[in-house]
Amino acid sequence: MSNIQQFQYDNKIVRAFGIASFVFGIVGMLVGLIMACQIVYPELNLGPWFTFGRLRPLHTNAVIFAFVGNGIFMGVYYSLQRLLKARMWSDKLSWIHFWGWQIVIALAAVTLPMGLTTSGEYSELIWPLDILITLVWVIFGINMFATILTRRESHLYVAIWFYIATWVTVAVLHIVRSMEVPVTLTQSYPVFSGVQEALVQWWYGHNAVAFFLTTPYLGMMYYFLPKAANRPVFSYKLSIIHFWALIFIYIWAGPHHLLYSTLPDWVQSLGTVFSIMLIAPSWGGMLNGLLTLRGAWDRVANDPVLKFMVVAVIAYGMATFEGPMLSIKSVNAISHFTDWTIAHVHVGALGWNGFLTFGTMYWLWPRMYRTKLYSTQLANVHFWTGTLGIIFYAIPLYWAGWTQALMWKEFTPVGTLAWGNFLDTVTQIMPMYTMRIVGGTLFFVGVLIGVYNLYKTGTQGTFLSNESAEAPARERLAPVVKGEHWHRWIEGRPMQMLLWSTILIAIGGIVQIVPMVFVDSQVPKISTVKPYTPLELTGRDLYIREGCVGCHSQMIRPFRDETERYGEYSKSGEYIYDRPFLWGSKRTGPDLWREGGKYPDSWHYNHMMDPTTMSPGSIMPAYPHLLEDKIDYSDLAAKITVLRKLGTPYPKDFEKYAVSNAEEQANKIAQNLASQGVKDQNIQDKEIVAIIAYLQRLGTDIKILPKQ
Amino acid sequence: MKIMVLLILISLLLAAGFLLAYLRAARDGQFDDDYTPAVRMLFDEPIPAKKEKNIAENQQDEDLKPSL
Repeated sequence: MSNIQQFQYDNKIVRAFGIASFVFGIVGMLVGLIMACQIVYPELNLGPWFTFGRLRPLHTNAVIFAFVGNGIFMGVYYSLQRLLKARMWSDKLSWIHFWGWQIVIALAAVTLPMGLTTSGEYSELIWPLDILITLVWVIFGINMFATILTRRESHLYVAIWFYIATWVTVAVLHIVRSMEVPVTLTQSYPVFSGVQEALVQWWYGHNAVAFFLTTPYLGMMYYFLPKAANRPVFSYKLSIIHFWALIFIYIWAGPHHLLYSTLPDWVQSLGTVFSIMLIAPSWGGMLNGLLTLRGAWDRVANDPVLKFMVVAVIAYGMATFEGPMLSIKSVNAISHFTDWTIAHVHVGALGWNGFLTFGTMYWLWPRMYRTKLYSTQLANVHFWTGTLGIIFYAIPLYWAGWTQALMWKEFTPVGTLAWGNFLDTVTQIMPMYTMRIVGGTLFFVGVLIGVYNLYKTGTQGTFLSNESAEAPARERLAPVVKGEHWHRWIEGRPMQMLLWSTILIAIGGIVQIVPMVFVDSQVPKISTVKPYTPLELTGRDLYIREGCVGCHSQMIRPFRDETERYGEYSKSGEYIYDRPFLWGSKRTGPDLWREGGKYPDSWHYNHMMDPTTMSPGSIMPAYPHLLEDKIDYSDLAAKITVLRKLGTPYPKDFEKYAVSNAEEQANKIAQNLASQGVKDQNIQDKEIVAIIAYLQRLGTDIKILPKQ
Repeated sequence: MKIMVLLILISLLLAAGFLLAYLRAARDGQFDDDYTPAVRMLFDEPIPAKKEKNIAENQQDEDLKPSL
């Protein structure tokens, strides 16, 4: 046995990602908790930086990309090395990956509260950060694939397949979603508009859930659960089927986020069908995880690691059953835009991702520090507060979602809306929102206990930076000989082939998209729908900055209650100049698509200054800074130029007089406000005027009927 | 709605890539053994303390990074 090789596993990088995961986990969950409080106590909206609208993307990004993201890398760097019997290929790349990712997170934490956002859910970061993410992801990929290529173990354990699929698919998704044309260093407009961008967004958004929150964690489940239970996975064959079935089905399910929208029906149905098919592989995997513990359930009662993992797998099962159900149109008609969705995603994030992360950490820390867990009792306390936290979070929100949806849809016997005032449906569910704070607090306290426990575990042990190991060199199945057929050479390099084909896919995608931008889109056009005026465009960008889309949708579904409440249902042709689209996915406040002309300008002025003056009991944040800050026209010309390049039919040289055009419209609104009793001398220069211009324009284009 | 053609194309290409990877892996015998990998992953034999020291020293001397 002379070919035995000796080497060391890198534990330091695993610990670094682990620490980053729980540090950012605490930050992300704390922001979530603050937002939960803001809904009940709107005065906690400390504008302009810390309003609900600006914090929402900070919360989602911190939890998804910082907490779960670092958790993924922790799990991958630990398990990959051991499964391949090899150290990570390059320590240098490992650390560039680590610090690069933390820099992205830090910049996101600064830019999002500043209101620098693209507004696409989970793709909010501005374009320079998109590029940075791409670079870091490529470095991670090089390091991972090089380690796979230089491995000592021929067989790729199923977890590695999950990691490979994660890398490849996230790369493609991120690139396609980030196709945008920069206006300034901090702003860009997406290449697609309206319904087309909505489809790209949810193709991306759904698969971000699939390939960032699910597949890497499934890989981790298949490694850490058997390890913690010290028994092989129930069926290795089933795990392989789970993997291949899942990745072939997942990519098609995205349109279920756009049911009853203006997306063509057949695409909606496609999304529904594939979503329902997903139950099979998801539950196959869930059962595979649970059955791994057959005959060992007595140990689950005593081992906190297994407890966390069992609840995580059950949460995965619940979320993957609920997801397909929510994709059925008749269920979605009730659930969409309500807190049901929020409850659903938190079962996934807190239960599946959160608990699997904590279980893995409780298993990893004693091993890397060569000691025992500091306190099993504290870990049990963490487990129970966390579990209760999930229950107290999810159940009130399920209740809130149902209650509100049914109130929205309720008619009186004479055929009018039973709850015509939207606010009544909000005040009805305030007790549930208060309960949600209790649930969130419990979960958060559990995490703090967990961090303390891991910290104490670290201090009582000695960290093993490099873990020695030995294994025989890998025997190549088919040695490459010179002079072979070229195809044989490619076949000997599956990883390179995968990498190159990914790059090719991406290039192919870009080549196809660019010409398409200049071709008329096939969205049916409506002759009265016109581009936004410069002032409206400015107001729209302010609407994006403030994150209004987090609570207000702009998509009226073709239901009797919605047309009764908001007006004519939305048509796809109305959105062709919307860059980005702002349909939203949650109605904490009413839909705004037909807001134009509903109220006088002064109503909006007073409402922004203090929403409770116009709607007593409103939980919307106040926006006094919009009444004080001057409109910044410096980028307006550039915006017009970029939008024209993308296909918005602004006249030639329009950018030259865009500012004067905007000022003219601002003066008109200022006069309106003055005549309606608003006493403010320089109001025409203030941001509020641009916001009013935009809100008064919303959805008004098709009210002007074309001459027959 | 050309975007749908594009997204379907990208999704199909992605699926085709995975299919190729699957076919190759299957032909290479990656899935021939559907039992022992699940058991083998459980064994990370601990290395005796004396030997571990030797390995740690060797690792500092030379760069054992395998070439691609």
